Amino acid sequence: MSPDLSAGPGIVAVTLVTVATLAIGTWGLRFSRTTSDFFVASRTVRPRLNASAIGGEYLSAASFLGVAGLLLVFGADMLWHPVGWTAGYLVLLVLVAAPLRRSGAYTLPDFAEARLGSRGVRALCSVLVVAIGWLYLLPQFQGAGLTLQAAIDAPTWVGPLVVSVVVLVNVSSGGMRSITFVQAFQYWLKLTALLLPACVLLAVWVGDGAPNPTTGSGAGPDLWSSPLGEGGGQGLYVTYSLIVATFLGTMGLPHVVVRFYTNPDGRAARRTTLVVLALLGVFYLLPPIYGALGRIYAADLAAVGGSDVLVLELPRLMVDGLLGEMLTGLVTAGAFAAFLSTSSGLAIAVAGVLSQDVTGRRFAGRRLSGVAAFRAGAVLAVVVPALVSIAAPDVGVARTVGLAFAVAASTFCPLLLLGIWWRGLTPAGAIAGLTVGGLGSGLAVGWTLVTSETSGWVATLLGQPAAWSVPSALATMVVVSRMTRDSVPLHAGRFMVRLHTPEAVDLQRG
Amino acid sequence: MSERPAGEPRAERVRVTGPDRRRSTVARPPGTREIDAGTQLGAIYMGSLMRDQLLLALRILLVLVVSVASLPLVFHLWPGLAGVRVVGVPLAWLLLGVLVYPWLIVLGWVYVRRAEAHERDFADLVDEVER
Repeated sequence: MSPDLSAGPGIVAVTLVTVATLAIGTWGLRFSRTTSDFFVASRTVRPRLNASAIGGEYLSAASFLGVAGLLLVFGADMLWHPVGWTAGYLVLLVLVAAPLRRSGAYTLPDFAEARLGSRGVRALCSVLVVAIGWLYLLPQFQGAGLTLQAAIDAPTWVGPLVVSVVVLVNVSSGGMRSITFVQAFQYWLKLTALLLPACVLLAVWVGDGAPNPTTGSGAGPDLWSSPLGEGGGQGLYVTYSLIVATFLGTMGLPHVVVRFYTNPDGRAARRTTLVVLALLGVFYLLPPIYGALGRIYAADLAAVGGSDVLVLELPRLMVDGLLGEMLTGLVTAGAFAAFLSTSSGLAIAVAGVLSQDVTGRRFAGRRLSGVAAFRAGAVLAVVVPALVSIAAPDVGVARTVGLAFAVAASTFCPLLLLGIWWRGLTPAGAIAGLTVGGLGSGLAVGWTLVTSETSGWVATLLGQPAAWSVPSALATMVVVSRMTRDSVPLHAGRFMVRLHTPEAVDLQRG
Repeated sequence: MSERPAGEPRAERVRVTGPDRRRSTVARPPGTREIDAGTQLGAIYMGSLMRDQLLLALRILLVLVVSVASLPLVFHLWPGLAGVRVVGVPLAWLLLGVLVYPWLIVLGWVYVRRAEAHERDFADLVDEVER
């Protein structure tokens, strides 16, 4: 972070990633012609390509930078972040993947409207998609500012600006179809950018006599090896709340869900998810290596609160000369790819919803065409969180992402679970549950973003709301649905047939 | 638009059609007809498919909870485990940093195989019934 370090490799890396992203996006453009291409790549993406794209989109700044930094500072309990982000896909696979694809809807609000036949539920879902999308975009932009500051000593507003411009150009020119290729490329770039430096750093570590990171100084070795944080009742609560938020939140993230509509059928959706599990599993083996090595070679980073840049600084700290600079360039490229791909995916999801419910509406007697409305939606989706990220204070990349997971788990998870598996869900029940979950977790988010207090039970309960907000949203949905059981949609049975029967069986699907 | 060479006999006009894509209700397998008509039998078919798939999902999730999500509680009840090392690596790091990922893939693979088998059985059932 000091200005005397060479900025060369960082600038080269960021430029190369940006150019490659734009080039692949432009190449994908020739396949993009219709509105369906824009939103869902016309639903013809094969499992392997789609899985790489999902992996590329999902591995955000929090995965690439945040996890290693958290591991360095807090130790083994932070392993629950990557474990939860991966296990979330297993939960999504067994409960949601195939039915969601078979529902045949473009976005989460589309699903809600098709299932419940209610404009009110649709409007509420649209608001929530935009809220979660913006909340998740915020740390991506902040991480980009942080990375460019560490790599080329740029002011923190440069990162958000560069990422927004690249994302906007790519998303608004080619939509989902071209972004699929970009995302798939970025998964492999991110994997390489962590894997190669990790191999070199491990070789250096072995050359130094392989000192054991768990016996050094810093937080007590036992604490660093415990998967429970501070231990005691609060440690247990925080850990389990994190598990609930990540295991159940993945299925409710708008940018994850929108990718499932690009599968050709329900069976392909399942197979895609299985490949995603494997891709994420391979990737998440790497951040712990950086966290552990950081404890030996970069222990002071944790002390000065610079743990988010551990992955970027470690190669320079461990390897001198040209090799160290090249490895730094590589991890910078990977980090930048992480911001670009996740932001693109979120921008697509939010723009899709905004273009259907806001920019596609009739204004003063004029109505934008499908593609023009999508582009206007993309601008809105990106510019708002970019401005907020420049204005708002930094609250930690992984922490904000964790809150987005908690909101998703408290709102869309109950809606999807009950909508897919329970015929008795009613529009009133869905609205009540979404409101309870959204307000509960939203209150916690607001409180966490404005205060810095982290001790005591109130701070613990509001800092990790999922363990109470998810069950209360689920219970509200069930109870209110039972109270309004007369308003169960007439087509619910037919819709269940559509969700659960394989496409090969010739049935009327409503 | 090509010109027909002079003297060649005019070929008879043939109407080319593809196979009928919308099969008539009569030709469709009886099981699907029951479901489409919303009869009690159709509801039973659908109910059994959904129950099988949901039970499978819940079994996989139960295994996930018992094998992975129980770890914080286990480490809470037996704090000594945090000090256990396997070849120098703390147990928690080995379990949560490495072993959990292949385990998640195995669970996912088992689920996909079983779920597809359920759907094949369902397709066979609605195809064969009352034949």
